[in-house]
Amino acid sequence: MKRSMRRAAIAAVVVVAGLAAGGLWYLRGPGPMAFASGQKVALADYDGADPTGVPASLADASLVERGAYLARAADCMVCHTAPGGRDYAGGLAFRLPFGTLRSTNITPDVDTGIGAYSDAQFLDAVQRGVRRDGARLYPAMPYTSYRYMSDADALAIKAYLFSLPPVQATAPPNTLAFPFDQRWGMMFWSALFSPDTGFEPDSARTPEWNRGAYIAEALAHCGDCHTPRNVAFALDNRRKYGGARTAGWQAYNITSDRQTGLGGWSDGDIASYLATGYAEGRGTASGPMGEAVDHSLSKLAQEDIAALVTYLRSVPAIRSTDLPASLAPPAPASHRDGVDHANALGRKVFEGACVSCHGWTGESSLSPFATLVGTRAVNDPSGTNVAQVVISGTVRHTPPGVISMPAFGDAYSNDEIAAVANYVTQRFGGAAAGLTEQDVAALRNETAD
Amino acid sequence: MAISLNINGSRRSVEAGDDVPLLWVLRDVLGMTGTKFGCGIAQCGACTVHIDGSPVRSCLLPVGAIGDKAVTTIEGISETPEGARVQKAWLDLEVVQCGYCQSGQIMSAAALLAVTPDPDDDDIDAAMSGNICRCGTYVRIRAAIKQAASDGRA
Amino acid sequence: MRTDVKGISRRGLLTAGMAGGVLLAFRLPLGAQTAERAPDESPDQFAPNAFIRIDGEGRTTLVMPQVEMGQGVYTSIAMILAEELDADFRRVAVEHAPPDERLYANPLLGVQATGNSNSIRAFWTPLRKAGATARAMLVQAAAERWQVDPAGCTTFEGVVTHAASGRTATYAELAGAARDQPAPADAPLKDPRDFTLIGTSAKRLDTPDKVDGRVVYGIDVRLDGMKVATLAQCPVFGGRVAAVDDSAAMQVPGVRQVVVLDDLVAVVGDHMWAAKQGLEALDVTWDEGPHADLSSADIWTDLRAASETDGVVARSTGDIATGLGTGELVEAAYEMPFLAHAAMEPLNCTVRLTPDSCEIWIGTQVASRVQASVAETLGIPDGKVTVINHYIGGGFGRRLEPDMAVAAVRIAQKVAAPLKVIWTREEDTRHDVYRPVYRDKIAATLSGGSIAAWKYRVAGAAVLARWLPPAFQNGIDIDAVDSAVDMPYDIPNVHVEYVRAEPPAVPTGFWRGVGPNNNVFAIECFIDELARKAGTDPVAFRRRMLEKSPRMLGVLDLAAGKAGWGDALPPRVGRGIALQPTFDTSIATVVEAEVDGDGEIQLRRVTAAVDTGIAVNPDTIVAQIEGGLIFGLTAALFGEITIERGRVQQSNFNDYRMLRINETPRIDVHLVRSGEFPGGIGECGVIGGPPALRNAIYAATGVALRRLPIDRSLIAGGTRS
Ligand code: FES
Ligand code: FES
Repeated sequence: MKRSMRRAAIAAVVVVAGLAAGGLWYLRGPGPMAFASGQKVALADYDGADPTGVPASLADASLVERGAYLARAADCMVCHTAPGGRDYAGGLAFRLPFGTLRSTNITPDVDTGIGAYSDAQFLDAVQRGVRRDGARLYPAMPYTSYRYMSDADALAIKAYLFSLPPVQATAPPNTLAFPFDQRWGMMFWSALFSPDTGFEPDSARTPEWNRGAYIAEALAHCGDCHTPRNVAFALDNRRKYGGARTAGWQAYNITSDRQTGLGGWSDGDIASYLATGYAEGRGTASGPMGEAVDHSLSKLAQEDIAALVTYLRSVPAIRSTDLPASLAPPAPASHRDGVDHANALGRKVFEGACVSCHGWTGESSLSPFATLVGTRAVNDPSGTNVAQVVISGTVRHTPPGVISMPAFGDAYSNDEIAAVANYVTQRFGGAAAGLTEQDVAALRNETAD
Repeated sequence: MAISLNINGSRRSVEAGDDVPLLWVLRDVLGMTGTKFGCGIAQCGACTVHIDGSPVRSCLLPVGAIGDKAVTTIEGISETPEGARVQKAWLDLEVVQCGYCQSGQIMSAAALLAVTPDPDDDDIDAAMSGNICRCGTYVRIRAAIKQAASDGRA
Repeated sequence: MRTDVKGISRRGLLTAGMAGGVLLAFRLPLGAQTAERAPDESPDQFAPNAFIRIDGEGRTTLVMPQVEMGQGVYTSIAMILAEELDADFRRVAVEHAPPDERLYANPLLGVQATGNSNSIRAFWTPLRKAGATARAMLVQAAAERWQVDPAGCTTFEGVVTHAASGRTATYAELAGAARDQPAPADAPLKDPRDFTLIGTSAKRLDTPDKVDGRVVYGIDVRLDGMKVATLAQCPVFGGRVAAVDDSAAMQVPGVRQVVVLDDLVAVVGDHMWAAKQGLEALDVTWDEGPHADLSSADIWTDLRAASETDGVVARSTGDIATGLGTGELVEAAYEMPFLAHAAMEPLNCTVRLTPDSCEIWIGTQVASRVQASVAETLGIPDGKVTVINHYIGGGFGRRLEPDMAVAAVRIAQKVAAPLKVIWTREEDTRHDVYRPVYRDKIAATLSGGSIAAWKYRVAGAAVLARWLPPAFQNGIDIDAVDSAVDMPYDIPNVHVEYVRAEPPAVPTGFWRGVGPNNNVFAIECFIDELARKAGTDPVAFRRRMLEKSPRMLGVLDLAAGKAGWGDALPPRVGRGIALQPTFDTSIATVVEAEVDGDGEIQLRRVTAAVDTGIAVNPDTIVAQIEGGLIFGLTAALFGEITIERGRVQQSNFNDYRMLRINETPRIDVHLVRSGEFPGGIGECGVIGGPPALRNAIYAATGVALRRLPIDRSLIAGGTRS
């Protein structure tokens, strides 16, 4: 082969490689806390109060108790417990575009759980996504977030998990299509998207902010639902907390954008929503957020909730262009007004099964939890979360007791559910969702099991 | 702890927690059993009462949330002009079968006529679809509401 | 469960089946009921038999041997008595009968039960005799007092008049004297032409108390010191309690006690809310037992297999083998789901126990069975159990079972106070006694445009074998084949088989409309498919086979005419017809329905023609048909109980759906005037709606649905053929 050609070839390779690197660098994007411009320092060098560990009230608690608190804060249970299954015994399905993943048994059972894990092996799994047998975990396990967890906190969680009764349980096998069934492939993914560095406080921020950051990023992993993902399924922190679709539900914009984020919420609203799953005039958490509240956020100490609020408040505003700039006011008291009458089926379902609780105005005569006015879900023209709540219902464990909405998915057709979601979004949100029978069928699939 | 309620025009004081639904305060504490339990999840309407004149499912209404608002139950509905007309129409047209749902049906119908004296089929659907009748008296309920309305005009 | 049933013959049983009413064979001697005086007859009270009491103040009290659950039977029974007694109907009072097999057993059922739509059929004659006998005794008393010939006395609205002497006396005045009169052996009955009450739409006696909340259902009973309990049985059929942690439950305000039995737990509170909250807080571990993996899929696999095997022959006419050899063979199989009763009044029972006796407050269709079962549970004589029966907020067959009383008594045994046990709607739905799943296989041949042979095989549970064992003979459940063995169509070769196929674990029972619901659906759907094959209009196709059944032909023509059969309809709108010979009543039903592009169904109009013989109270009959149609159409559109992991999946009205007023069509019911013996009504309306709707959908879309409830996905999109 002629030299000139070889040179050209080499040049081409170099260029391509350069472009690729650039592309990858772009894909990788900034870290979750990059938006805070202050200097990041190693935990050891941070002179403010230690943002890791448990709240002061638990300072003297046993390792297991501290681990229990942190395990709840990290919300291990929700993903590692199947519906109707034993706590932490795994088996929950994650429906992904390319197949179904199952969570694993993290009870201390030696054969089917994590009973045989050494401390080092546990840290590798939780922080780096490397299984005891060396195999790679899929990022459905948020180890990119847990990487920020301090070793001490991670091992406290281990101590707690090992204090639980071992459960013999093997999850059904994953059903991932090639090439996603090749776990080794995740090695490159991790190398690229999970830089192996721990939590670094921002020296320019208050200790409270840093504590909030630690809870949000290292434990509660808010971004795993609320931050959009890029083509490589990695979090795109350029759009941090800008809202994303997760497990068939909309995880809404929680940036400080006034119109479409939390900018318009008071600190009290946010704190109450996190701690109870409900804020007056803001609505009630359902679906995955409802579970996060029940099993994790509602268990956090008040000061940790306050720290979370401080941190959320600082996240730069991003406008969600798919959401209306303002929330609709209460609907008219008469069924005759407030909607075009094309959607007869939607109205028929609503007046039979829904109006008794939610009212024609959207303000419930029974419970503020059932008031639709002002909630994001009905003001979301996608209608996704409205349809999901109709299908699967919701149960909130609140201080006054259990508040629930029954599931209508088994007795109402996809067509009826689409129609009522379209009716509700039009009547109470001002813009009818355009859901079809097929859309609802798809929603059911995404949340099946 | 004692809660004071205004029921059918008279003051009643009841010993009950704030969270106890009005339905069970009426039935099990006050012995007013005309208001019925059917589902407990606001799907059947058997427990319908009026709070300040508008229909509410008492099975999910915490008694502590009522305050001074006026509670009207089936035992007191004949005192309202609409209630009396509805009851008469119900008897004239022999709407009732087993009767278990009818307290709720009558309460919903009376509330409808109070705001919409001359309802059409659409109004009746909007006001009555939350009330299930397992005996299937719907055809007569619709007719009786229309008769009660015309009695009101007469 | 004891059941003393007299004189069952296989012939009788089949006659019973043929007659479209189960158990016609079990005739009891009526002597006791009509001749024997009521036990509590007081001096100034005239109580010539178990049904009638007239006291000195002129109160006429009629004792109701059948229960009122909405069907209007208190009014129609009272009308029959008052007609022959010539009582003043506006002033009669009615009273629930106490449990007493001797005095109040249903002559057609052999037990004190209300079911099978036979109240009027069973009591028509005995009640007329009871009324006429009492009237005769009052007349004799008057004649004796006036020294005149009884023949010269007339009676009207509670007054005896001797026209010749112009003397009159009220029944009240005569009550005392009438007691001493001998009861005439056979007092003459009125000529139906002289009826003044029967045949009128007299106002119902039970409704005034039902529009102002005064009526007392079982669930409304209140006793001094009473506590309220609610229960949870193992969600898996046949499971048991393994362990209970009641610490949280006992913290709930108002909770007094937690009762743990081997198969259920109950929380006792000051009121239902406390009990309900306590039950939710109760941490129960269940031993799910042998059925933990049972699913609907398994049950259907078994039933489909069973329905392919030969059954016991319930009817054989002509030569089926040759018949099936002639002409074009057509085959189909139809499937019916489990159904819950979902009466609006959730199951409940109130109990007061003393060391050696028990009082039960309940609304039941089987008062004496409740008494016997409770006595058995407590190990005391029946006589020590008092059952106070109530108006029923919906029975539909669910209250033909005593299980709720037994459970309540077992819980009450652990509680030192009178106890009302109330089922939550969820518990009521998940521990029902379900309408069985059925599969019906039909093979028929068409030759020359008409049916040459008809082979019908029904496979399903034998409810009767459990409910009334003596009635289950030679392997045939006469309820399961009811309306199949007595199909109205004149077909030369007919063969009907029954395969008993009991679903594992799932309890099955009677459900309003019983066997005929299943058989009429399969038969009428298949007839439409045959008519289409024969290229004949469904009404014309049926007419040809009805020459020998004038009453069926009459209702067919009446319904078709009133429904505008044959008039043009918009696309995807269809009319369907169904014919039924059920409970000695002939009914034709036409449903007009629209199917939209997504398979959503809109009921546009329902027309029914009914020939039930003498109509005791025409308006009540119309109301029963209207309500029955909605009950049946609800099941056709929504009704299905499914089993997964041994559990019922449905729980409340959000997932076990009921037709609502905004889904209810216009309904027109037309009664045929007739002097024939009165037929049954209470269940009839339920039966015709589903096949008529299915046939309407068949006409609108060309899709031959073969399973209930209707699967929208099969009829979505354009017309198929
Ligand atoms: S009991 Fe309240 S709506 Fe059913
Ligand atoms: S009259 Fe029986 S439920 Fe309505």
